[in-house]
Amino acid sequence: MRRALYASALIAFAALAVFWWGTDGFRAFTTETARRERILLNPRALPLFTLEDQDGRRFNFNEYRGRLLAVEFIYTRCETLCRSLGTAFRQIRDAVPADRLGTDFALVTVSFDPSDDLTALRAYATHHGADGRHWRVARLTDEAARDALLDVFGVVVIPDGRDGYEHNAAIHLLDRDGRLVRISDIEAPEDFIRAAGLRS
Amino acid sequence: MTMSQARLSAGAGLATLFVLALPPMRTWLEASMVAHMLIQIPLLATTGFAAGFGLSPSQRARLRRLIGGPLPFVLTALLASSYWMLPRALDATLVNPFAELAKFASLPLLVGLPLALGWERLEAVGRGFVWTNFFSMLAVVGWLYIAAPVRVCNSYLVADQYDAGLWMVRLAIALFLAWLASLFMHRAPAYTTLRATLASTITQARPAP
Repeated sequence: MRRALYASALIAFAALAVFWWGTDGFRAFTTETARRERILLNPRALPLFTLEDQDGRRFNFNEYRGRLLAVEFIYTRCETLCRSLGTAFRQIRDAVPADRLGTDFALVTVSFDPSDDLTALRAYATHHGADGRHWRVARLTDEAARDALLDVFGVVVIPDGRDGYEHNAAIHLLDRDGRLVRISDIEAPEDFIRAAGLRS
Repeated sequence: MTMSQARLSAGAGLATLFVLALPPMRTWLEASMVAHMLIQIPLLATTGFAAGFGLSPSQRARLRRLIGGPLPFVLTALLASSYWMLPRALDATLVNPFAELAKFASLPLLVGLPLALGWERLEAVGRGFVWTNFFSMLAVVGWLYIAAPVRVCNSYLVADQYDAGLWMVRLAIALFLAWLASLFMHRAPAYTTLRATLASTITQARPAP
């Protein structure tokens, strides 16, 4: 009986350790929470990706060094989450003091859908009020780069079986050194605005 | 269980494990959350359970004596199976081969096998505890998946999550009813006592006329 007690205590302790390890100290029960927690602890440097905006101009995130950059991932045909993302982005844009918009802060919406052409990007930009200067709507020109970009951000895109996609939607913040430093919930743009120190 | 039955049980367990590990089988069962959680995972545990009976009764008894009886085994099974109810653990098996390997090893070895070792020596009350604990865990996790305002697995669609939750709740109810029915079919004295307790609880709970 005593042996059973010791064995059970040992087993319970081992299980506790595994659960602790598997949930980052009982804080992250889902992959998405873990992704956000890990970025907070370890900001991530990003490799170079070439993007193309709604006006056909090529650019990369490096050009935004010295400024804060908000990044979100969408596909333009999306009827649900991406609309909230667009709304959240607009809310963030509107919260930034006019003298900082463009000079210290910019926004980029990236489409991960290969079928999104410039016309689709322009329509999305017009609909959500992205001006193409401070807020650009972009796509990736090459398929391999698309997967690498999603991977480094930790964004998982899966087909929803109805010609669309489901993805872990969030608002990503790149700091002035171009590192991914924060991932915020799309339901809480206020949180993002505060964390990025955007309120004057 | 005779010697040949034991050998058959162990063989069936190992063969099922082999089939489940085949890449097309894995892809197929992991494509949906329902099949992953309610077919693949329980089957993996079952392979270990079946294989456990390939050990002779004396070997099983020796293993039980080694750690002091059936309870530590049942505890191991309970804890190890809860781990695979974490949405994050499920997600990880789809992208990380080590997590997949851990799932294929731990479900037979830390859930099925210990259950096989512990079960035969468990009293009616112990078995009742394991069952009721299992139904309630299944129902609670199922309900969480139905009611969660967010997608808990990055690799599965939100509709799939809802379906998985629904099936877990259905399964929990079905298993609970089956267990309840089975209580009334046993003739062992322990079950008679259990039935009597249940009956008196129900009578006492009835409001006075």
